[in-house]
Amino acid sequence: MGAGGEIRLRATRLGCLRGGQQIFSNLSFEVAGGEALAIVGPNGAGKTSLLRIVAGLLRPSAGRLQLAGGGPEMTLAEQVHYLGHVDAHKPALTVAENLGFWTRYLHGAPTASADLAVVGLANLADMPAGILSAGQRRRLTLARLVAIARPIWLLDEPTAALDAGGQEKLGELMRGHLAGGGIILAATHGPLPLEKASELRMGVH
Amino acid sequence: MDALAAILVRDLRVALRVGGGALVGVLFFLAVVTLIPFALGPDLALLRRIGPAILWLGALLASLLALDRLFADDQADGSLDILLTGSVPLELVVGTKAVAHWLATGLPLVIVSPLLGLMLNLDARSIAFTALTLAVGTPALTFIGLIGAALAVAIRRGGLLLPILILPPAIPVLIFGVAAANTDVVGAVPFGTPFTILCALTLFSIVIGPFAAAATLRHGLE
Repeated sequence: MGAGGEIRLRATRLGCLRGGQQIFSNLSFEVAGGEALAIVGPNGAGKTSLLRIVAGLLRPSAGRLQLAGGGPEMTLAEQVHYLGHVDAHKPALTVAENLGFWTRYLHGAPTASADLAVVGLANLADMPAGILSAGQRRRLTLARLVAIARPIWLLDEPTAALDAGGQEKLGELMRGHLAGGGIILAATHGPLPLEKASELRMGVH
Repeated sequence: MDALAAILVRDLRVALRVGGGALVGVLFFLAVVTLIPFALGPDLALLRRIGPAILWLGALLASLLALDRLFADDQADGSLDILLTGSVPLELVVGTKAVAHWLATGLPLVIVSPLLGLMLNLDARSIAFTALTLAVGTPALTFIGLIGAALAVAIRRGGLLLPILILPPAIPVLIFGVAAANTDVVGAVPFGTPFTILCALTLFSIVIGPFAAAATLRHGLE
C-alpha cells in the first residue's frame, strides 16, 4: 500500500437483486485513496449488500466496479478487508491463534503480538476467543486490519459494541489507514470517528 | 502453501479441542459396532462373516455424522467470507479443509477399526484387509461428502438433505470397500480387483470433490 501510487475505486450504476427483490439500483460513487465514504441509510437499504458486492461476495445485478491503481494481477477481493457483523473467530482457539491464522492465511506480517497490543488485547493473547466480550471480539477483528496491509477497508457497523476507548482507537486506525493512501467504505448509523468523510445516502425502494 | 498449512493447522486444532467434533464419530462407530453383536446373538461364525461389512457400515455412518459442520461453522461465524477474500484458489482451500476433516474424523476410525475387528471375531488377515480398505476408502467418503456439505451451506437449512445427497454416490465406495475387505472371509475374488476399483473411486472423488464444492459455495453465497 502507498507505494503503488494513488488508487481509485469507482462504482458505475450498480444494482443489487436479492431473492427477486431490487435492493438498490443505479448506484454510482467514486472514492480515491485517502478518502472515506460513510454509507448511511435505514435498515434494509442495502448497505451490507453494497459492501459484500465490493468484497466480491455478491455479484451485482447491474453496473460495474473498477479499481484503478491497485496491485497488478490481484482481484478486487484480494485487496479488501471485509469486516462484517460476525467476527470470523473460532471460540476454541486462543486470541493469538485466531489472529495468527488470519495473518498467515492472508499473507500478513508475522507480528501478531504487536498488533494485539495496538488494540489493547495483549494481556488476553493466550485466552480462548470464546470468553471475549462482544467489544473485545471487535477489537480482535480490528487487529486483523492492522496485521495485514490491504488498501480497501469495508467496515460494516465498525463502531458496534466498541466502548469509548475502542472507538477512539478505531478512529486512530482509520486515520492512519487514510493517511497511508487507503480507502474506507463504512456502513454506519452513528457518526464515524473521523473528521471528514463523504456520505453516500441509500434509500429504501 | 503457507496459507493452506494455516488452514490445516487451524481446522485440526478446532476439531481436536474441547467441543470439537473429532471424537463424536469414533464414539458413534464404537456404539454401532458394539451393539450389533448384541442384536445378532451369540453366533460367532455369522459375526466373522459379516464383520467387515459391519465395520464399513459403522465407518460410513460415522463419517457422515460430522460432515455437516465442515462448512456450516465457517459460514455461521463469518470465516467463509474472509476465506473468500484470500488469494488462494477456493478449490485448494476446500480441498485442504477436507484433508483436515479426514485427519480429524476419518483417520481415528481407521485406527480403532482393528480393535473393533477383534470384537467381531475377525482373524488377523481380515482385520488387516478391513483396516487397509478403510484407510483407502474413507477419504473418498470425505471428499464426496464435501460436495454435500457445501450444498448444505448453499441451501439454507440443508442439513436434512445431506445424507440423501451423499449416500447414493457413497454406495459404490461401500460396495467395493466391503468386497475387498471380505475377500479373506468369502474368498470368491482376489483382494486386488475390488481394492483397485476402490483406489480409483478415492482418486476420482479427490479430484472432483473440491471443484464441485468450491463451485457450489461460490454460487450459494449469492
